[in-house]
Amino acid sequence: MPFSLLKYGLKNDYPFENDVDLPVPTELKKHYDVVIIGGGGHGVATAYYLAKYHGITNVAILEKGYLGGGNTARNTAVIRSNYLTSEGVKFYTESVDLFKGLANEFDFNIMYSTRGQLTLAHTDSAIRSFRQRTEVNTHFGGKTELIDPQQIKELVPTLNMNPADMPVLAGLWHIDGATARHDAVAWGYAKGATQRGVELHQLTEVQDVIVENNKAVGVKTNRGTVKCGCIVQAVAGHSSLVAAMAGIKMPITTYPLQAMVTQPVKPFLDPLVSSSALHCYVQQTGRGEIVFGGGSDPYPLYNTRSTLDLKEGLLASAIEMFPFMANLKLMRQWAGITDMTSDYSPVMGLSPVENYYLDAGWGTWGFKSTPICGKSMAELVASGGKVPDIIAPFSMDRFDVFRQVNEMGATAASH
Amino acid sequence: MKIMNCPLNGPRNISEFVYGGEVKPMPELSTCSDKEWAEYVFYYENSIRIVKEWWFHSPSGYWFIAERHTASDDILKTYDPSELFNQRVEFESSPAPVQEAIA
Repeated sequence: MPFSLLKYGLKNDYPFENDVDLPVPTELKKHYDVVIIGGGGHGVATAYYLAKYHGITNVAILEKGYLGGGNTARNTAVIRSNYLTSEGVKFYTESVDLFKGLANEFDFNIMYSTRGQLTLAHTDSAIRSFRQRTEVNTHFGGKTELIDPQQIKELVPTLNMNPADMPVLAGLWHIDGATARHDAVAWGYAKGATQRGVELHQLTEVQDVIVENNKAVGVKTNRGTVKCGCIVQAVAGHSSLVAAMAGIKMPITTYPLQAMVTQPVKPFLDPLVSSSALHCYVQQTGRGEIVFGGGSDPYPLYNTRSTLDLKEGLLASAIEMFPFMANLKLMRQWAGITDMTSDYSPVMGLSPVENYYLDAGWGTWGFKSTPICGKSMAELVASGGKVPDIIAPFSMDRFDVFRQVNEMGATAASH
Repeated sequence: MKIMNCPLNGPRNISEFVYGGEVKPMPELSTCSDKEWAEYVFYYENSIRIVKEWWFHSPSGYWFIAERHTASDDILKTYDPSELFNQRVEFESSPAPVQEAIA
């Protein structure tokens, strides 16, 4: 790598003119073995692992907009595994492990950076729940510790230890917590998948799903009808709408999630910091900007508009945590729409329609699960519908038998 | 701030209200299957259209119904639930066994 870099450095012309990352779009074929609806992180990751591990390459990814342009580009890029239930922790821990090797695997820098993630406790009950999360995480191979205010001060000297008159009593210090460039993750997977023969069709909207005898057999798009062996749905905020085309009702409600970012400043904040009581998380990106995020909007909506009241509330909490930030200027603000389940765990696996696989209910926790999600969905598709153990607890019918996987406490307040 | 018209208190800030879910018909308790009950509790239409929803005005403790578009967020109508529910609902399931008071 350094030698080729040197060679290119001495050239006059741009060396990559004929070396584009993604192949030029082609016509849609009449038939694919697998059609993946949605060209975000999860969709392209599923295609990548299908091609890489299972040799299934007659695959089309159909994307309404452009590659990674939905929630893959809108999340705040937090990678962590310090959840509460053993099902959740096992799943997310494997995701973090996969993330660590991605840049090498792609030969493409995803800017993965292990910064550690710190969640603040302001009440005794929060400390009790953190203690439980520490034990569950350690048991499943994650690195998580409970730390005291003195250690928190040393980690984050700029933090106000008494934000909004709620003293910081302890912290859940997740050493594996990390961040990465979310776009690069989608690009890396897309590049790897298309190099192996997968077709990525952008600006291709699925308008209907063809179901015959309760079996998914194809899709109608704005570029014609495509027959297929099976369908994987990975469309984030639009899960209920796309599933409805196949006649499936989902245990999902769609909420907007708002975030924002400041102008870049000198590096001062290494870990990702969130407060369990203020419902706010703060992190500094590799470019020096500070990203703020919080809870979802208070009521459901299919709209990426922003509201002043939510932004005000979020900034008030952020300034309580880091008072000097009051002097910073905001650079951008945005929203994404998220498909929330009532137990804050995803809906993955089989659907009531044969050969139609669901990857939905990713709410506000989808980015961190991209690799494991792609890997397990690929396994599910390749085996013709044999659900891998790691995603079995997340099947949609858990709601019918009242066997929810409750991650609300570990998700809602701190992403 | 967005304003919602409360049928009891008039126009109020949206932050005074709590969302209470889609208005959906409750299945017959004594005869419905577990699946039907699960669907009533956990599953939603969640589509883009005008929906009837339960809303709660928190300061005055008042539940009412709003018709709202789920993409434009336009609130078209708000009214008292008695316009939809004008008959008393009888719950005919067998009563839970009475537990002895702990001395």
